[in-house]
Amino acid sequence: MADLTPEEIKHHVKTYVIVFVVLAFFTIVTVAISYLDLGVGASVALALGVASIKGALVASYFMHLIDEKITIYWTLIVTVAMFLILMFLPLGNMLAQTKI
Amino acid sequence: MDIPYTVKDRPDTGLYNGKLGIWLFLASEVMLFGGLFSAYVFLRTGAESWPTGADILNVPLATLNTLFLITSSVTMVMSWASLKLKEFDKFKLYAGLTLLLAASFLVVKYFEYTAKFDHGLFPSTNNFLGIYFTLTGLHVIHIIGGMIVIFFFWMPGAKMWESDPDRFTNRIEIVGLYWHFVDLVWIFLFPVLYLL
Amino acid sequence: MSTDHHKDSIWTKYIFSTDHKIIGLQYGFTSLVWLLVGFTLMMIMRYQLAYPGNPVPIVGNLLGEGGIIPPEMYNSLGAMHGTIMIFLGVVPLAFGAFGNYFLPLQIGTIDMAFPKLNAASYWMYFVGSIVMIVGFFVPGGAANSGWTSYPPLSVTATMGQTVWLLGMVFLITSSSLLGSVNILVTVIQLRAKGMTWMRLPIFVWTQFITAFLLLLAFPPLEAASVLQLMDRLVGTSFFMPSGLVVSGVVQNYTGGGSPLLWQHLFWFLAHPEVYVLILPAFGIITEVIANNTRKPIRGYKAMVYAMVFLGFMSFIVWAHHMYITGMGTSIGAFFQTTTMIISIPSVVILTTLFLSLWGGSIRFNTPMLFALGFIPMFGIGGLTGLPLGLAAADIHLHDTYYVIGHFHYIVAPGTIFALFAGIYYWFPKITGKRTNETLGKLHFFFSFIFMNGVFMPMFVQGLAGVSRRLWDGGEIYAHAADVLYLNEVMSISAWLLGLAQIFFIVNMIISLRGKKTGETNPWGATTIDWTDTTSPPLGHGNFETVPTVYRGPYEYSVPGADKDFTPQSEKG
Repeated sequence: MADLTPEEIKHHVKTYVIVFVVLAFFTIVTVAISYLDLGVGASVALALGVASIKGALVASYFMHLIDEKITIYWTLIVTVAMFLILMFLPLGNMLAQTKI
Repeated sequence: MDIPYTVKDRPDTGLYNGKLGIWLFLASEVMLFGGLFSAYVFLRTGAESWPTGADILNVPLATLNTLFLITSSVTMVMSWASLKLKEFDKFKLYAGLTLLLAASFLVVKYFEYTAKFDHGLFPSTNNFLGIYFTLTGLHVIHIIGGMIVIFFFWMPGAKMWESDPDRFTNRIEIVGLYWHFVDLVWIFLFPVLYLL
Repeated sequence: MSTDHHKDSIWTKYIFSTDHKIIGLQYGFTSLVWLLVGFTLMMIMRYQLAYPGNPVPIVGNLLGEGGIIPPEMYNSLGAMHGTIMIFLGVVPLAFGAFGNYFLPLQIGTIDMAFPKLNAASYWMYFVGSIVMIVGFFVPGGAANSGWTSYPPLSVTATMGQTVWLLGMVFLITSSSLLGSVNILVTVIQLRAKGMTWMRLPIFVWTQFITAFLLLLAFPPLEAASVLQLMDRLVGTSFFMPSGLVVSGVVQNYTGGGSPLLWQHLFWFLAHPEVYVLILPAFGIITEVIANNTRKPIRGYKAMVYAMVFLGFMSFIVWAHHMYITGMGTSIGAFFQTTTMIISIPSVVILTTLFLSLWGGSIRFNTPMLFALGFIPMFGIGGLTGLPLGLAAADIHLHDTYYVIGHFHYIVAPGTIFALFAGIYYWFPKITGKRTNETLGKLHFFFSFIFMNGVFMPMFVQGLAGVSRRLWDGGEIYAHAADVLYLNEVMSISAWLLGLAQIFFIVNMIISLRGKKTGETNPWGATTIDWTDTTSPPLGHGNFETVPTVYRGPYEYSVPGADKDFTPQSEKG
């Protein structure tokens, strides 16, 4: 990010404003969805799905991940893999627990 | 001899040291909050009964808080962009707004917590409240930490703009990355705790 | 960062120094002291095991009524021995001391990427270690629920456990987290010109992979520690099951929690942690072996790939510590499979080291003796892990002395031997002086003999079914009767092992007071930490001019060269 021209910065600023509007919109959407009775699976999928979209926007544009370098991508890929392991293996363990 | 690549990018990685450092730190933070999220999933799946967040927690207040944080993310990145455009006064304005929005978030959280305590709802009351207070509490600590650092660069640390403007700009970028991450955590905390 | 040397006070030059070499030495001295403390705790425990119920000489009055160790105190000694050795001793020495001091020198840079953060990381380690020790002085004594702190026992335990948890939060945030970020950024960003990834010394690779493990594996334990603190201090029930009864008293918790949740979060760290304990050792041993065989190591690439693979696999084997918690057969099969697979890279690494001896011109100096001792000792440790990795055998062996024998073989005559090898090897670079070879060899031989004297009988006891963490060493159990005599054998070996360390301590003292030899590369090493640095003690900046690297790290006995070693910085 060391050598962006002022024009490029101004273009980025426009993007920030658009992303902000989209984020605010999705916030309202996710609250609205929560008032509908959709069953466990759909509610979780939608809530996490919307959150993931919002998160991806913050990461891609505010954190400039969209034009980041490959070293950062590798760090994040490894981290996400570890996160998923931490999230799902203990759960899988519990669900497969022998019931006495 | 000076340590290289503190401001200039290293050619093959395209990064300056601080940027790589903060992303690595954020990776560890993903695992920290991940541990707590994993505990939440584990406890809820194994629980006989689990309350609905919206019945106990205040969704409208938390929605307002979500908007506060998202806005603060915008003002934070704008403060960095202002420095890239060499507009120091705009930087001060946006950084100040970020602090104001963060403080508003904390005020709302204060009211939320005290309302719970007044109704006799404590972390020990049940596991939902336990994990709610722990997750949001750790998040609040991260907000306070971020505010302290932003305040430092807003006030006493701002004189680095005179001596080494590029290095100062990079520092604001790094602080911004941390701040966006704190926002990101909330983007997931909010639906998981309040809406599901 | 400017290099203006305005007057440094004693505070900035030594105590709060940001120079990686001073910080490395700070880590080194502090961790060696803690290793001695942890060892002393064990020597006291072993008195109880050899002579249960007898008053302990010398320190008995500090321990209990009439000098006899009560069971709770025994448990404290055990839990703190493990905690101190791992978190205050081995990891700070292997990663904080060796990593900080030598990694920048080996990659050709003037300091770590974030020197102030480095200093902060040391002082947080120091504070965290003081917090841990405070536990001994609170009512009820230090933590006594094992270094593994399983709930519900740990949640209902005395104040010492809270102190332990607070200490862990400090330690995790410090040398692990800050240190890992520093090492990773330094290796990625500050390598000298020509120092490509595949020209890095294996020591650097091991520090790099260790840093990744610490970065990603420690935070879930930090999260779990916060949850356990909440259970203890605020009355939550994250780990407390419903309807818990302790000593006939129904406990006042909401319940609904899961003790297994703690085990998952704890072992998610603690399994990668054991690879954190061994990887730096592999790195040091490789340096010493290459140097003392005067030939390149066999299979540099195989070693690198094996270690990277090991690092990744270490994150998906942890439930092999939990086979007897009632997990289902399919999930058990998953973890058994990954555990068996992870033994393969370890074998590759050990075989590479062993094969590297073939055809070498071996010099039997003190560092090399420790390195040669490491190989079979780590072999025993690793092989004895295999039955533990298989659920069927583990049902019999879990929580017996077999496990204690297994992991101690890896850490004690394994990692700690490697750390000694590193100290003897790099002593001339730090001080410009040489250690006494006779004392070094005596240190090695006696340590080697007594290490085996302490830990080999543990396999025998474990196979007979003697459980670990028994205050009386199994005295009241009929099935332990035939192997009980081994307790005295192991205890005497342990005390003699302690005495053997006197050779090391005396060696360090007289060598530090000896004369400088004026040599900058007495071992004839190829890596730039030896060949291009200024004369010891190294000043700020490390190098006269930062070298450019032209070749790999172990170019010994290159055909046609005039010396039997060709420095990395020598033009092709």
